[in-house]
Amino acid sequence: MHVPDGFISGPINLACAAIAIGGIGVALARIRGSLAEHQVPLLGMTAAFVFAAQMLNFPVAGGTSGHFLGATFALVLLGPWAAGLVLSLVLIVQCLLFADGGLTALGTNIINMGVIGVAVPAVVLALLRAVLPRSRGATLTSIGVASWLSVLAASAACALELGFSGHPIGPVLTAMLGVHAVIGIGEALITIAVVSSVLAARPELLPDLRQVEATS
Amino acid sequence: MNRTFLIGGIAVCLLLAGLVSPFASPYPDGLEQVAEGKGIEAAGTPTWSASPIADYALPGIKREGLATGLAGILGTLVVLTAGWGLARLIRRRPV
Repeated sequence: MHVPDGFISGPINLACAAIAIGGIGVALARIRGSLAEHQVPLLGMTAAFVFAAQMLNFPVAGGTSGHFLGATFALVLLGPWAAGLVLSLVLIVQCLLFADGGLTALGTNIINMGVIGVAVPAVVLALLRAVLPRSRGATLTSIGVASWLSVLAASAACALELGFSGHPIGPVLTAMLGVHAVIGIGEALITIAVVSSVLAARPELLPDLRQVEATS
Repeated sequence: MNRTFLIGGIAVCLLLAGLVSPFASPYPDGLEQVAEGKGIEAAGTPTWSASPIADYALPGIKREGLATGLAGILGTLVVLTAGWGLARLIRRRPV
């Protein structure tokens, strides 16, 4: 869902870039001094995994492909602020080094995938945690639902930006939501699989979920 | 951070980016597909064409899969180093 140059109007790209820079500043300020020693390599590893997994497009219906976003995965591992930074870092490297996503649209891509893609599952997970039992099944299901909504929300944001750039908003939104509803299933399956493996290998990295593991 | 987990995790990332990425689906992604279907085209010329490894293919390497895999390994290492370095800068200082 990396927006290239020229899809979205200049003012929207500019506004998104400004918000993205502000957001990165806030995230840096929020987590400065709060990362524990073991989270230092973990942040690098999470970013590396998100980058690597984003290269792996999987086919979905009708000659279309999708790839892992990883926003919910990073969120579960590192919390929302660090997750936003991880996604931003990946998007910056993809843009500058690999021409994946336009330079003028970099801020827009950071807003879609690094801010909305993280904020939506963060809220969803908090809500579900409040109402669901703390069992392993409920937690992993919540993570799946949150990651599906993360992809859907990012694609909706992208569609709205396209709409405000003069493209037909209704059809674009419908089409974007339609295809990303399918891609999001892949996102959910991959996120559940990777979180489960981290939980099995190093439960202490996921203090929130370890509690779940112990009580179920 | 446990050494085995660290090395294992990095190895998984490098394997995915280096060996699995050449087999990724070449189909257009969701946004590209929608853009094609709705006639959304990039207005004007791209403003940034200086990316050294455009389209995840390391330049100067003829075999497509190898060029992709090497680009993936390089990108993974760049992101790993940048993320680790950034985290080091903002970590909790031991008192």
